[in-house]
Formats: sequence, C-alpha cells, structure tokens
Amino acid sequence: MTSKNPNYDFKWCPGCGDFGVRRAVEWALTARNEKFETRMQDHVIVAGIGCSGNLVHLMESIEQPYGIHGIHGRSLPIAMGVKSANPQLNVMIVAGDGDFLSIGMEHIGPQANRNLDITAIIMDNGVYGLTKGQSSPTTQLGVVTSSTPFGKIEGAVQPLAYYLEIGVTFIASHYSSKPRELAALIEEAMEHRGFSIVHVISPCTTYNDTYEELKGNKRKGIEPGIFGLPDGYDPTDKAQAVELLKDPRIPLGLVYREERPTLDQAYGAIAGKANSVTAEKILATYAI
Amino acid sequence: MDKRDFIVRFAGEANVVTATEALASAAASAGYHVYTFATFPSQILGGPIWTQIRISTSPVTSQGDYPDLLVAFNEYGYVHHIPELRPGGVTIYNLKEFELPDDGKSFGIDVEALAKEVGNPRATNFVIVGAIAQEIGLDLDDIRRFNKAKYTRGRPNDEQIISSNDAAVDLGAQAARDSGIHLDDIAAPIPPDYEQIMIESSDAIGIGAMAAGLNYYVGYPISPATKILVWMESRLLGKDHFVHQVSSEIESINALIGASYAGRKVMTATSGPGLSLMSEGLGLAWMAEIPLVVVNVQRGGPATGLPTKTEQSDLFACIHPAHGDVKLPIIAPGDLEECIFGAARALNWAERYQGPVILISEMVLSERKQNIPMPDLSRIRVEERQVYSGENGYRRYEAAEMSPMPLPGGPGAYIANGSEHDEFGDTTHLAEVHVHGTQRRFSKLNLLNDGDYEEINPEASVVMMPWGGTKGPAREAFEFLQERGVDIGWFYTMYLHPLPEGALDILQSKELVIVPELNFQGQWSALLRMDRVRAESITQYTGLPFKAGALADRIETMVRQHQEGNVPA
Ligand SMILES: Cc1ncc(C[n+]2csc(CCOP(=O)(O)OP(=O)(O)O)c2C)c(N)n1
Ligand code: SF4
Ligand SMILES: [Mg+2]
Repeated sequence: MTSKNPNYDFKWCPGCGDFGVRRAVEWALTARNEKFETRMQDHVIVAGIGCSGNLVHLMESIEQPYGIHGIHGRSLPIAMGVKSANPQLNVMIVAGDGDFLSIGMEHIGPQANRNLDITAIIMDNGVYGLTKGQSSPTTQLGVVTSSTPFGKIEGAVQPLAYYLEIGVTFIASHYSSKPRELAALIEEAMEHRGFSIVHVISPCTTYNDTYEELKGNKRKGIEPGIFGLPDGYDPTDKAQAVELLKDPRIPLGLVYREERPTLDQAYGAIAGKANSVTAEKILATYAI
Repeated sequence: MDKRDFIVRFAGEANVVTATEALASAAASAGYHVYTFATFPSQILGGPIWTQIRISTSPVTSQGDYPDLLVAFNEYGYVHHIPELRPGGVTIYNLKEFELPDDGKSFGIDVEALAKEVGNPRATNFVIVGAIAQEIGLDLDDIRRFNKAKYTRGRPNDEQIISSNDAAVDLGAQAARDSGIHLDDIAAPIPPDYEQIMIESSDAIGIGAMAAGLNYYVGYPISPATKILVWMESRLLGKDHFVHQVSSEIESINALIGASYAGRKVMTATSGPGLSLMSEGLGLAWMAEIPLVVVNVQRGGPATGLPTKTEQSDLFACIHPAHGDVKLPIIAPGDLEECIFGAARALNWAERYQGPVILISEMVLSERKQNIPMPDLSRIRVEERQVYSGENGYRRYEAAEMSPMPLPGGPGAYIANGSEHDEFGDTTHLAEVHVHGTQRRFSKLNLLNDGDYEEINPEASVVMMPWGGTKGPAREAFEFLQERGVDIGWFYTMYLHPLPEGALDILQSKELVIVPELNFQGQWSALLRMDRVRAESITQYTGLPFKAGALADRIETMVRQHQEGNVPA
C-alpha cells in the first residue's frame, strides 16, 4: 500500500526533511528500474524505528516495494539476512540517527567489515523525533533537548569520519532540500558493489530545526553549514577524504569509495567449491 | 552369570573425553548398546571433569546411576567420585598422580609411562581402554578392530599409530591382569540385526533440519550450542545454501528474519544468554509472521549461569520469550531419534504457521553419544511454504488465519511489520485491527496440533510426564516403579506447545500428573496448571541429570502422599 492508505496513522510534520528524502528515494528507485529493467518488487527496503523509518510506508509516486519495518536499531542485520538469502535483490535500509548510530551502532562495524552489498539511507536530524525530542548521538555539545535540560554533555559523534574509519566502502553526504542531487547519489550508492551509506541531514522542524544553520542566512550573518566538494576532489583517495572531513560543515557529494569483495562474492567463492550434500548422505557417515 | 549392563566413569582431566569416545565406539562396533555422558567445567583445560559410558547388551535410556568401574586420572577425581562407586566396584587410577593402599578394590597404572613404552605418548587412551576391556571381559579384538578402522586414514604414519595403539591396549590389559582384580565379565553382545548409527544430538538436529529443507543458518558461538554452528559450517555450505557466523545473537535472529522473508528455510542455535538477546527479534517474527527455528540448547542459568551444566530452566523463556501477547510453539526432543524428527518438524511447523518455533535441547542431550537404529529419513514429509502468486496490491494479513506469503522478486509486495498493522502491513493502532491481528496470530497455532504422544497404562489416575532430556532417566524410573508394583501411568510428548490433539483432555482427566524436571520453579507443571491440569513437579537443579533410581523413589513417595490425600494437586 502507499501513503494513500486511510488506516495508516502516522504523518510527518509540515516541513520535515524526510519528505525530501522520500522523494529522492522514489526517483532513485524509478531510475534504477529503468536502467536495469527491474520492478518495484525487486527492491526490499528495511526500515528503522523512528519518524524516518516510516518512509517505507509513505511512497507516494511509486508502486509499493517490498519492505520490513522491524524493531529499533536492527535494520542492518535484517538487511543482511535478505541480501545473503537472495543476492539478486536490491536491498536498502532507511533509518534515523538514533536508530543507526545509537542502538544500532553495534551492527555497522560488522557490515562494513564484510562489505554487505546494501545501501543505507540515514536521515540525520540530530534528535529523536518519534519519541519527541530527546538528544541523539549527533546532537551537538551543549544543546538543550527534553532529555538534556542543562545542555548535552557529550560531543556529537562524527558519522562520516566513523564510517571511513571502520571501512564502509561508499560514503556519501547530503541534505534533504536537494532531492534531485540526493536521488542521483542514492542511485550511485545502489550501483556500488558493497556497503554504501548515504548520510542525509534531514531537519526536524518540530524538535531541531536546523534549516537556517544549513542554508545560512546572509541577513543575520549566518554562513551556510554545507559546502560543495573542492574542484578535483578524488573520492577514491582516502587521504583526501580524511582531510575533507576535518571541515566541521556538511560536505555535499561522494566522500569516499573503494572496491572490495562483498559478502556475497566472498561467500560465493567458498560455497562454489563445496559439494552440497544431502541429509541422507550425511546420515550414512554415522553408520556403524 | 555374566553382567549385562556396565557403567564406567572417568574422572579427572580433559583427555577423559577421548578415552570415553574410544571405548564407546569400540563397544558399539562390537554390537553393544552404548550411551555416553559428560560434564565439564567451562575452562578448556583443567578443572574437574567427568564422563560416563554405559555399555549394555540391550538398549538403555539413561546414563546409569552408579558406576561399576571408576577410572580416576587424579586424586581429586577419586575423592569426589568414589562415594558413587557401587558396592563391589573397582577403581583404576593413574599411578603417576597418586597412590592408594592395596585394598583389593583398586589398582594403579602409570598410563603415561606405558604409552611412552610403546613409542606413542598419545596412546594413553588405549592403555586405559585396554585395562577396562580386560576388567569387564570385553573382547580385545573388538578394540583392535576399532583402532584399525579409525586410524586407517591413508596417511604415511597410519601403520605406526595403529600398531602402537594395539601395543598400548595389550600393556593396559596386562596391567589389569597383573592386578589380580577382576570385575564380572560382560555378557556377549547381541549384535542388532538392523542398521545402526552412532551419533550425538547436535548432529542429529542438524540432519533433521537439513532433511526438512534447511538452507540458511547463521549463529554465534555459545556452549553448548556451538557444536551445531560448527557442524553446519562444513555441512550446509554450498551453492544454494547460506551458513555463516555472525557477530551476535541479535544479528542471528534478525538475519533469520530477513532471510526467511526473502524465502529461505532458516534456523539458528543458541543457549540461554543468546535466547535472551533474541527476545525482541522473536517477538518481531511472531508479529510480522516470519517462519524461523531457534534451537535453544539449555544450560544452567540465569545470566552466564552454568555454561557447561545441564538444566531445564528455559521453558518459560522459550514459550514466552518476548513482551506482549506471544506464545511460541515448542518442540522438546527427549532422545536422539526425536532430535532428528523434532528438528524436521520444527521447520515444517515454522513454514506451516508462518512464525517462529523453538526447538529445546539441553546440555545432557547435546553431550550424549549413543548408537541408535538407522533413522528412516523418508518418514519426513517436507512442507513447503505457501507462496503468494497473484497480483500486486495483495492484502497479506487479511485472512483470519494463515495466508500465502509473497516473496521479494515476486508479486504482492507488502511491508512485514513489527508494529500492529492492517491487512497491507501498514502501521495502525485501530482497536479492531489489533483485535483481529492478535486473534489471527493465536489462531494459527491450531494448525500445529498434529504431534503424537506416548501413553502407557492409560487407565492409571496418576501419570508421570517428563519432558525433554529427562525422558530417558524418567523412563528408567518408570520401569523401576512398574517392577515395584506402583500403579502409575506414563505420558510423554515432545510437542509441548501446542500439545497434540487430545493430549490436554487426557491430562486434565488425571488426578495427578507428576512432572520430573531440572529446574527450581517447576516450570512445565506450572504451565500445565495454567491449562487446568492437576500437575506437580519433582525438581532438581544441581546441574546434573536425574538418577533413575532416586527419581523412582521420589515419585513413589509422591504417589503415596497423593493416595493419603497429601499432595496439593
Ligand atoms: C528497543 C527500543 N528502545 C526504544 C524505543 C523507542 N524509540 C522509538 S524511535 C526512537 C528514536 C528515534 O530516533 P531516530 O532514530 O533518530 O529517528 P527519528 O524519529 O529522529 O527519525 C526510540 C528511542 C524502541 N522503539 N525500541
Ligand atoms: S517530529 Fe521531526 S522528524 Fe518527526 S516527523 Fe516531525 S519534523 Fe519530522
Ligand atoms: Mg533522528
């Protein structure tokens, strides 16, 4: 079903960044279908729990892809199950900063290590939206939220630098207000063979409205918090990526890309050599 | 008269396990019925460890209560186990470690020195096995045949190993002869006229699951379930199969959910702590209606508990593993055949009702090796998932019961949802939808009442009903009780939830159902009482299985108290 389902009882607040991400996902999937002659039923979207995860139910302009709306923080291992069960499927996860970087943090390392061939779209609003405004791992130091009435005492995690450090093989960064550019990045991420993360700053208009910080405001003398990649930037050069991420602003584009065998390739290589044996044959080896 | 049933206990160090296996394999290939038991500390080396092997001329159902022969590798083992040696029993001890006074009931062997003498320091097991064989009159040729079969591996030093092992057997036997101490001779075997296998439960579970079409397995190491992961890693591997070690039990359960959603037949195995981590995922599988099997090989709990001891204390956690209204199907095999057919049924059940099924095993089962008749795998009728093949726009969760499942890549795309959902899988909190969804999820359990049960002496108003690995010792206790003329019935099934059709009526009609079980709370009798069965437990929580004789005494006492009107049933 799509967002037209009257029973469906969740709505994004007006202006929520997730609208733009939804649009970008729709466009990217549509473009991919055209390019590879696939259908919406060939995609599986595994959603985290949060405002962001609801994206999986809210497709507006496309037919419903397959989806799993599971439990908080576990979209990566579920996606691993789907992809390892059927490597033909295009598998995507959609999750929030809390879901992915707090409760689900333990799953990022293993997927990076095994280079699971899926695409993660992270909607980072620097807050827990669905539970009404508590601090998240990407909430900045000192920010007052409902759970940090005296200001957050931990600094914000640096997701892009972290992804780079632990070996994610495709790292892109963008924000929700440019769905065309975002769609192109998501398409590229899906084509990448390996673990790709498109980390999207997707502001929460209700609990952490950062549009002004992102886009800047000349009149108030606020500089934009986003910046384009420098001319000649080479995303396959890790040293350049490390340098780029020293800038506290949000880069727009592909930060890093690397080719490495994926889980299904590596597994296929050993499984291809094994002779599948039947239960009967195995049983016979226990005969006395 | 020759003795028909021998129990040998090994106490001491890590190598007792290999000695047990060598003796078990040799005796089984000679035509005896063997049954092994082991209990360890959780360290790799050191710490008290003991194993037991029962060698009998007819099939046995338990490890046996009191050893006839104690093999003590160190003094600690001797001191701790000598109280259990039956009167008239014999002790063989490791002379290098300690010495006992000459009492006519024990003798020492310097096992290592004898192994060195034959030029193979690894032949200590064969020294021991030779001594044991001599003590109980087991034909030394049987041991030699086993040695030859085992070490003919096509390696250059095969010949040398075999001949040194043979020499070790002879030296061990000579030492036993020199002692002048001899137990009764074991009666000649009655070699079975049917084909046999020698197997342990983790392998049996693996075979049963594969026979039912398992093609996806992931897991995380944990005693005593690790063996299943290790077994799968080399057996299930193959082009159309996936098997992998993942990074936690949270990953295992969620990966199973994803893989099953995508059309695989999936299973994992774990033990208590891992089951606890799977809790939320099991709830998701129930809610989103995803077939999967979790094998829980019970150990002592809670928390890290007793990783290498046996207990049946996870029943509550298995049947109600998650928050919310959930009650999972449970199959608890009680012997090695049941491990095969129970595992196959668990996969069939999962596919049939589209949800999670727990197969409960336990440490004693998992460490047991036994020879059993060759199971007939053709008895397993493989059930395939009902797959949706219609149009897009499918209402996956509409029907009151089960409905065909769409598979990604095929028509009928939907959201498998862990939030309460309408027929499309879209989240909704409407009261009528939650009511319908809850009823649908419970009504599907009605599809699973095809289990069978054993009933002996059905007229008796008092029955005993063991579950899981307690089946074996309980069965032996039941036989003792019958010999003693106690009027008691036997009721047993491995299908604990849902019970086989008609089983609950029978149980409810009894005046008293006695449940021997290895936990403190009396978990199965509590669940039976919830179903209005007059059930009472006999519990033990020592980390060890019941002894059949002592169990029979406790049951007899309870029956007598009941007859006097004293059991609050
Ligand atoms: C195990 C568990 N703990 C806590 C919650 C409650 N919870 C739901 S969503 C959420 C955080 C959502 O934040 P985020 O992932 O950033 O998503 P957003 O709503 O901001 O898009 C929490 C803590 C839960 N559902 N499950
Ligand atoms: S609370 Fe924030 S994140 Fe959630 S829908 Fe509203 S604006 Fe979006
Ligand atoms: Mg958030």
